[in-house]
Amino acid sequence: MKSNTLLAVIVTVFSFAASAHAELKIGLVLEKSGKDDKSFNQSAYVGLKRAEKELGVTTKTVEAPDNSAYESLQRAFAEKKFDLIIAVGFHQLEAVKKNAERFPDQKFMLIDEDAKEKNVRSAMFEEHEGSYLIGALAAMHSKTGKVGFIGGMDVPLIRRFQLGYEAGVKKINPKAEVFVNYLGVTGDAWNNPPKAKELALDQYGRGADIIFAAAGNSGLGVFDAAEAQKKLAIGVDSDQSWIKPKSILSSMLKRVDESVFDSIKLLKEGKFEAGLIRYGVKTKGVDYAVNEYNAKMITDADKKKLEELRKDIVSGKIKVPDYYLIKK
Amino acid sequence: MEVLFDSWVLPILRVSTPLIFAALGGMWCERSGIVQIGLEGFILVGSFFGAVSTLYFNNPYLGFIIAGLAGMALATLYGIAVLRYRANQIVAGTAINLFALGVPPFLSKIWYDSTGSTPPIPTEAQFHVAPLYLMIALVVICHHAFYYSKFGLRLRFAGEHPKALESAGVSVGFKRWQGVWISGFLAGLAGGTLSIYLSSSFIRNMSAGRGFIALAAVILGKWKPIPTVLACLLFGLTETIQIRLQGVVLWGTEPVPVQWIQILPYLITIVVLAGAVGRSYAPKGLGTS
Repeated sequence: MKSNTLLAVIVTVFSFAASAHAELKIGLVLEKSGKDDKSFNQSAYVGLKRAEKELGVTTKTVEAPDNSAYESLQRAFAEKKFDLIIAVGFHQLEAVKKNAERFPDQKFMLIDEDAKEKNVRSAMFEEHEGSYLIGALAAMHSKTGKVGFIGGMDVPLIRRFQLGYEAGVKKINPKAEVFVNYLGVTGDAWNNPPKAKELALDQYGRGADIIFAAAGNSGLGVFDAAEAQKKLAIGVDSDQSWIKPKSILSSMLKRVDESVFDSIKLLKEGKFEAGLIRYGVKTKGVDYAVNEYNAKMITDADKKKLEELRKDIVSGKIKVPDYYLIKK
Repeated sequence: MEVLFDSWVLPILRVSTPLIFAALGGMWCERSGIVQIGLEGFILVGSFFGAVSTLYFNNPYLGFIIAGLAGMALATLYGIAVLRYRANQIVAGTAINLFALGVPPFLSKIWYDSTGSTPPIPTEAQFHVAPLYLMIALVVICHHAFYYSKFGLRLRFAGEHPKALESAGVSVGFKRWQGVWISGFLAGLAGGTLSIYLSSSFIRNMSAGRGFIALAAVILGKWKPIPTVLACLLFGLTETIQIRLQGVVLWGTEPVPVQWIQILPYLITIVVLAGAVGRSYAPKGLGTS
């Protein structure tokens, strides 16, 4: 009898230990601009923190000091046997591919690129669709018939935003003019608000009254210019209205947080699957932001029109040009 | 006329302001005989501490001065390495730049729980034009001190002919310390203009290579104040051209590819350095401590 009790105690202790081990460990590898970029990386971080709270997983976040660090950061997580490693940003594609082959049993998630490995879940967003809605919104609110676009680094991903945006603007106002500027061709382009501000001042000076900034941290410079000129700007990835409530019309939401949360939830439920997952306007993976700050600016008529456009995109009646397809 | 002023003159001045602050600092330091490749690092800590103190005191002027002092503090570290312990100046300068890269993320984590950026500075606590006037005043002061003051003459001798200065009974080491401090202070101010004037918060790595462009301007300006300022304005001009010409149709129907526009500053640097200015002579005693 006594030995039975002892056994029971041992079993309980061990099962406790086991359950402590069973708590999922999630590693998040962010880009250089970091979890406080108020935009793309922050969105991933928010999703992770939500999972930590609601699903009770253990998480660890690292930020790469530069683009050559991704591989070793991911590997460090893999060597510590994390249950899922989430790599944020297209810059991490090569690193994820290498590590996915080196650690075939390790589960990975990659955001913004398709790794095409059998242990990687790739989340891609249909930025062109969301940007199309944002372009339409900008055209509805522009009084001058001129709107702007400021991109960060000149890469296909941002071209995709631009093309969708332009198409959306033209849909509402075929005569509208769209000014397009990019900050640069190196990684510095994401972290250069002074230059973004100059670009924005130039576009406002040429008559634009709304500028869509898809430029990471540099977007803050566009918001500064909007505030100084008393014009409007549109944010990107996260809902950025809070930064300058009076100067930001809306944001092109890219629900990276949802995709991160979903993947962790599926992992917890044992339904995690590798492969490519696309988030478009249909599932609101990309969307325009309506919040307490811009509720007065975006009218019901605007919303009605945007919802019609959404329906047409989903049904295929509107074909939004996709830079990725045009390029190939 | 007004259009010209608003869309060319002002942007060129704005873009050049941080370069001019940093380049004048670099010039003083190099003239005293110490190689200064740490400008990038001074700018970075200057912009970080400038933003932090502006947020704290809600006063840009105070923030601006603290930005300069922060640059000066880091310069002191550099001075200890190269003047006190005779470390290799290029290696020590590189170390300073790498060190400066890590300071803001570390401290902002403690103060704001953010890795390498500060909260936005409210509009009323930002500079609107003041650094432009300060920059112009600084150019006048530097020019005057460089040519017409005992201080400037002695500092130049520390770099040109240290032995002569020594035989006149003046400490070369102290002159060089002064050169290092000036470069730290002015490059720190350059950082302050970035975070308090040209944008409204500190962002990680926001110096974006401006320290090295400033150094190129010093060389292009032959280590003399007015030519150095002109070199900075030239870089400011190319940057502004780059901003204005993007997506503009110059000939035919297609706009000039953005990559061509973006190599302009570098192209002009090479062309100007290679031919247009003739030989650029470094101070004779540069790097020999």
